[in-house]
Amino acid sequence: MGVVTTSLESMVNWARTRSMWPMLFGLACCAIEMMSAQASDYDLSRFGMELMRPSPRQSDLMIVAGRVSRKMAPVLRQLYDQMPDPKWVIAMGDCASCGGVFNNYAILQGVDEIVPVDIYVAGCPPRPEGLIHGIISLQEKVKGEKITRWS
Amino acid sequence: MAEYREVTMDDLRGLVTDRAITGETVLLNMGPQHPSTHGVLRLLLELDGEIVLNCIPDIGFLHTGVEKNMESKIYQKAEVMTDRLDYTNTIGNNLAFCLALEKLLDLDVPERAEYVRVILTELSRINSHLIWLGTSCLDLAAMSVFLYTFRERELILDIFELCSGQRMMTTYIRPGGLWRDVPVEFVPAVQHFLDIFPRRIEEYDGILHKNKLFQDRTKGIGLITAEECIQYGVTGPILRGSGRAIDFRRARPYSVYDRFDFDIPCEQNGDIYDRYLVRMEELRQSTRIIEQALQKMPGGPTRSSNNKVVPPPRSEIGISMEALIHHFKLWTEGFCVPKGSAYQTIETPRGLLGVYMESDGSPKPLRVHYHTPSRTNLQAMPIMTRNRFLADVVGIIGSVDIVLGDADR
Amino acid sequence: MNKHQTRAVEKIQKDFRASVEESRGEVALLLPPEAFIPAVKLLRDQYGYDLLILETAVDYWPQLEPRFHLVCSIWSVGDQDLLTLRVPLNGNSPSIPSLTSIHPAAGWYEREVWDMFGITFEGHPDPRRLIMPFDWEGHPLRKDYPLGYEEPQFTFNFDKISAGKPHPKE
Repeated sequence: MGVVTTSLESMVNWARTRSMWPMLFGLACCAIEMMSAQASDYDLSRFGMELMRPSPRQSDLMIVAGRVSRKMAPVLRQLYDQMPDPKWVIAMGDCASCGGVFNNYAILQGVDEIVPVDIYVAGCPPRPEGLIHGIISLQEKVKGEKITRWS
Repeated sequence: MAEYREVTMDDLRGLVTDRAITGETVLLNMGPQHPSTHGVLRLLLELDGEIVLNCIPDIGFLHTGVEKNMESKIYQKAEVMTDRLDYTNTIGNNLAFCLALEKLLDLDVPERAEYVRVILTELSRINSHLIWLGTSCLDLAAMSVFLYTFRERELILDIFELCSGQRMMTTYIRPGGLWRDVPVEFVPAVQHFLDIFPRRIEEYDGILHKNKLFQDRTKGIGLITAEECIQYGVTGPILRGSGRAIDFRRARPYSVYDRFDFDIPCEQNGDIYDRYLVRMEELRQSTRIIEQALQKMPGGPTRSSNNKVVPPPRSEIGISMEALIHHFKLWTEGFCVPKGSAYQTIETPRGLLGVYMESDGSPKPLRVHYHTPSRTNLQAMPIMTRNRFLADVVGIIGSVDIVLGDADR
Repeated sequence: MNKHQTRAVEKIQKDFRASVEESRGEVALLLPPEAFIPAVKLLRDQYGYDLLILETAVDYWPQLEPRFHLVCSIWSVGDQDLLTLRVPLNGNSPSIPSLTSIHPAAGWYEREVWDMFGITFEGHPDPRRLIMPFDWEGHPLRKDYPLGYEEPQFTFNFDKISAGKPHPKE
């Protein structure tokens, strides 16, 4: 029985990592580097992320790229709630991880105040290779996930 | 903090027509997260079928509190935050801050530094126009242009990385000149870029200029007249596309722009197609300026030698007492700026950027205010979108070329 | 100052009892609040200053008389020169007539000044907050408003600050 579940898990995780669709959530400067990572020099399509889906109902990965202000926080939480399970969050850049250069009234000090984050990518903005390293780390993390709920 | 409340009709009563309140017309929220809004912009559209009757922009989703934050940092540290405002034209923001500060301090800038500043600012202008071209064509469903422009952009980012170590947020232009001299590979790299770029501009033109689909989506759409532009304070390619050839590099010259020979492109109709033509011509004029600057660039120092403001070279700290004291004072206290105020205007790829800086004699600024082109141009959006189809709104937002970091600060 | 600017400055000085300050090549006129709208109208109609390129405020707290200066710069497209006007305003809830009837460009800038400083503009067509959320309380750019600084987390105070930060439910 254990052999069946482990190979089932590895197949499910293989499918999840090789075709993760990110949601278009570029807020600020990191969005430009995310677009560079998607374009031809550093191609994200080779990781299965051919398209960036604007609709949260059709995506699994939310890359929060940029600073999140107090006015934007409820919007971000609502979009996260609208994504179907399984879902992952990458906090790209310093502002999404910890508030970055801006330590004031207007910016959330880290997007992990409102959504649970799986991977933090540092940099201001992180190079496209940095983002790709973050995505590969996420793929490693997902490969180790166990199936806990069978419904 | 992360809760939201429903918006009722009472909140909107003053903004939309009565037909919307009764339900005859539809209120559509083109929300902060949308593939074509180029950032986090919210547009409230009042639609009668497919025709837009009114468009109310709602900004503030990227408000960063930069102006208040700068008041609690010394000038050298406050400059780091300026890159992050208009993040497609990072060197231009640094330049505006440093020019205003040099005006307040009466600081000299060596010739070589001025020429390198011009070269980098024009490269930044090309960078911004390439991002504009890529993303606005992506909105109009010409996806291949996006991939081509980002390929060119990598060459420019390689040049920035060569000089400063960072691809985008360089903070390379400092008060008194540059952070340090450009490396030996700078001139060949820029020359290589200038050799290949004109043919690439022709490539983009070949895809779009006479393309019937592109012309159908852009000609006669998003009209604004020159008088309305001046009334609403709109500057930049929108004003030049509507018939007034006003460029603040000529009107209020700064740095060494008065020594270069370049034309100011101008078209008459004021629609999206004309703004496209103006920006493509600006790409060609920028390459012209860079060529002239490369030829005329002199040798010499790249930062002012006034050690009260500029840190002394590292090698002198071990041997000279004054150098050590200056270094210590600059790093612990910062330099004191005399009382007064200065307003410096520069021409960014979007329009006029004005930096108002006021000082009260201490090492921290009293007030720094940025008058940004994206916010002013966005104010004129309702005029451009009146009585057009919903599908045209996407093209119009692309042609106004807003960057929300600039509009919200 | 060129001749066109000198003529405009002298006229405003004579009619509205303004005082002139020149600093670093720019001319600034200090006007009383009731003279603000007539002066701007005169500059636009008679001297051709038609492009409004700056409207903001400066807070001089703890000095209360005047506490704010409203700064406004107008550019003349025909003659290509810039003129700055400053209006001192007192106290904690100052108000001044709006410029939107003369220069529609002032619309959003006055909304921002209301949002950030609390200066009301009489006659403004749309006096809502511009960049802060609509139910925010306070005016952030005033000097007595705190920065909202969060202490950086090092290893010795990591848990103490983590306990104070909000954490999401899944």
